[in-house]
Amino acid sequence: MRFSISPEMATQEVQPNETLSNLKAESDTLKTKLEDERAKLHDVELHQVAEKVDGLGQFIMKTRRTLKGHGNKVLCMDWCKDKRRIVSSSQDGKVIVWDAFTTNKEHAVTMPCTWVMACAYAPSGCAVACGGLDNKCSVYPLSLDKNENLAAKKKSVAMHTNYLSACSFTNSDMQILTSSGDGTCALWDVESGQLLQSFHGHAADVLCLDLAPSETGNTFISGGCDKKANVWDMRSGQCIQSFETHESDINSVRYYPSGDAFASGSDDATCRLYDLRADREVAIYSKESIIFGASSVDFSLSGRLLFGGYNDYTINVWDVLKGTRVSILFGHENRVSALRVSPDGTAFCSGSWDHTLRVWA
Amino acid sequence: MAQTSQDQSGVGTADPDEDSPNMILYRKIEQIVTRVQDETEGVPVRTVKSFLTKIPSVVTGTDIVQWMMKNLAIEDPGEAMHIGSLIAAQGYFFPISDHVLSLKDDGTFYRFQAPYFWPSNCWEPENTDYAIYLCKRTMQNKTRLELADYEAENLARLQRAFARKWEFIFMQAEAQVKIDRKKDRVERKILDSQERAFWDVHRPAPGCVNTTEVDIRKCRRMKNTQRAKKSVYGLIEEAQSHSPVHTSSLARKGTKEAIEKEIVFLNTQLDRHCMKMSKVAESLMSYTEQYQEYDPFVVSPEPSNPWTTDDTSFWELEASNDPGQQRVRKWGFSLEETLKDPAGRDQFLKFLESEFSSENLQFWLAVQDLKRLPLEKVADRAQEIWAEFLAEGAPSSINLDSHSYERTSHNLKDPGRYSYEDAQPETEQQGRRTSLEKFTRSVGKSLTGKRLTGLMQSS
Repeated sequence: MRFSISPEMATQEVQPNETLSNLKAESDTLKTKLEDERAKLHDVELHQVAEKVDGLGQFIMKTRRTLKGHGNKVLCMDWCKDKRRIVSSSQDGKVIVWDAFTTNKEHAVTMPCTWVMACAYAPSGCAVACGGLDNKCSVYPLSLDKNENLAAKKKSVAMHTNYLSACSFTNSDMQILTSSGDGTCALWDVESGQLLQSFHGHAADVLCLDLAPSETGNTFISGGCDKKANVWDMRSGQCIQSFETHESDINSVRYYPSGDAFASGSDDATCRLYDLRADREVAIYSKESIIFGASSVDFSLSGRLLFGGYNDYTINVWDVLKGTRVSILFGHENRVSALRVSPDGTAFCSGSWDHTLRVWA
Repeated sequence: MAQTSQDQSGVGTADPDEDSPNMILYRKIEQIVTRVQDETEGVPVRTVKSFLTKIPSVVTGTDIVQWMMKNLAIEDPGEAMHIGSLIAAQGYFFPISDHVLSLKDDGTFYRFQAPYFWPSNCWEPENTDYAIYLCKRTMQNKTRLELADYEAENLARLQRAFARKWEFIFMQAEAQVKIDRKKDRVERKILDSQERAFWDVHRPAPGCVNTTEVDIRKCRRMKNTQRAKKSVYGLIEEAQSHSPVHTSSLARKGTKEAIEKEIVFLNTQLDRHCMKMSKVAESLMSYTEQYQEYDPFVVSPEPSNPWTTDDTSFWELEASNDPGQQRVRKWGFSLEETLKDPAGRDQFLKFLESEFSSENLQFWLAVQDLKRLPLEKVADRAQEIWAEFLAEGAPSSINLDSHSYERTSHNLKDPGRYSYEDAQPETEQQGRRTSLEKFTRSVGKSLTGKRLTGLMQSS
């Protein structure tokens, strides 16, 4: 007896897998097409065009201040708009506000959890935000009264379902942007704690974010363990551009000061420059002798220099246009985990697993 | 020791997480270390005669430093020493007479670690293993194997912690000593030093960096968080996990929806009009060039960088309402620069008032502020802005084209932070085009001699 399979049954069996693989094929074709289209516009390399630019002179960058006080690894730091104050957070659960110029500690908060991986200064200078393994982002107003218990005034703003990896105020004290190990970013209203917008698209932990420098800018960038750097529209929640050229986790993303490009630092031991108008990677900053991951990057005020903090305890300074390294800075005794240039570009601060922060100029 | 000969590669199975950040690093280091030991391209590993003994299988620090400078394109020996020290601290080679894992550029002798002990094998040795090791050391009557102070302290601590199972540990240590005695003397010297170096990585001497510490964000992808940790000495341990582990809440596989979304995204990207690389390069270069004189890392600020001289004059000057020429020139770069500087913003507003055209800027500023308000205040403020600038008979009436006006009016039915997004470009461009040029020209004029307070006379 012949056993015949009805056409219906046959297609039902086969359909789900086939559609999926068809879709995958379509997606791959589009990706190749996109690569080809972009490659057509790649008529020259940045460093070639930059040959006509004057080389930079010798740099004398030294540690000008060392901030000691944390009892464990420093995980994050941020500058206050007043160009001299800094907030830092640590694995010891403490968040400290310093006047980096005098090295005095001005405030200290003990968080209920250890591993405070993210902290940020409010634009007004009157509050700080922080969070980490508690999956939350909390805002603490900074009181002028030294005796006041800051922890009592704490406001819980963001709630994620995994660790908080980064946070940043937008250009006001009223909104906070967060990224998390749960693979999402989110925008929150500080007063009410309400979620204003969420951003889905990363396929793994999001490790970092940066807001566009423009006052009118409604975009931000994020980097994750899926090796992708995404550009997001804050208003719609959509991912408007995506870059995937790194070979490992992206630990840090930072906009070029004009807002037209951004840099990234990754565990693949490279930093890269992506231009938003070309929709493409336009430079790689790497060396054979640099094999440890880059944990944190930031630009100097003009965008000419890129500072990278690395897991090999050093800071490498790159000429953004020419693609060469102009300086290597030693000093930290363990991984550099955080690095930010001050608001007026007169210095940059690095935080390290050696429990200290250093201000360089 | 549950260890085979020096050359056999590490424990077993293929690593499912070959691309985790730690693995990527280990593979790079292993490549370097393999190259350094290569017979033709590497450093000669030899036996050295010293007093009455022979030191097998060593190289000098200088050998390694020189090799690295030549083969890894490193110009500065200090840099080579630094990288070398890090590779040593990770556990890939070690000084034969020191617990401190660092590389010196001199005649100090170094030995390479056996692949069995390489960090890429994901060792997380338990304290029972460490106890066995220290206990074993006390049974060997050789000066070179004497415990250092910190090791003796560690042993005492472990004896207290494992008081109840010390008999078992002692027996294991005896068994290990027996196994070791069977080996050839030279081989034992080498293996002993490699074993010690292994423990220098996992139980570092005081003051040394513990390179086995992990970034907690990367933890969950490391091999071995779920499985039983293997013992150095072949003990069967129960599955124990001391480090906090995060379970991934993400489905990493490509679902149908995800791929469909991706296809939509890719199609949008294909429609995007992009800039040529040459144009992009020119743009980046001209921006950098324009701002370079304001970049304190490139051009030293006047009178000095506060961080280097402890003199805050520079900050005081930047904050003053009497800006210098360089600062004023920056205002001309863009409307944004003018508005970023409080003095610039004030002057520009006054200037516009004198031209009877400040409403556009006032509107633009009000819309920017709207986005910064707490959520509960937004709706009311949005209505206020409409009344002030756009309603019939508004006191600071501005001009919008009919399309923008309609859209904005529609947006206000459900007022939000972005209600005026459709109105903005119009007014912003208007402001930028005419007024900014006039403003900077007039400021420039008055700067040649007159003080800025006299600005408003000219136009």
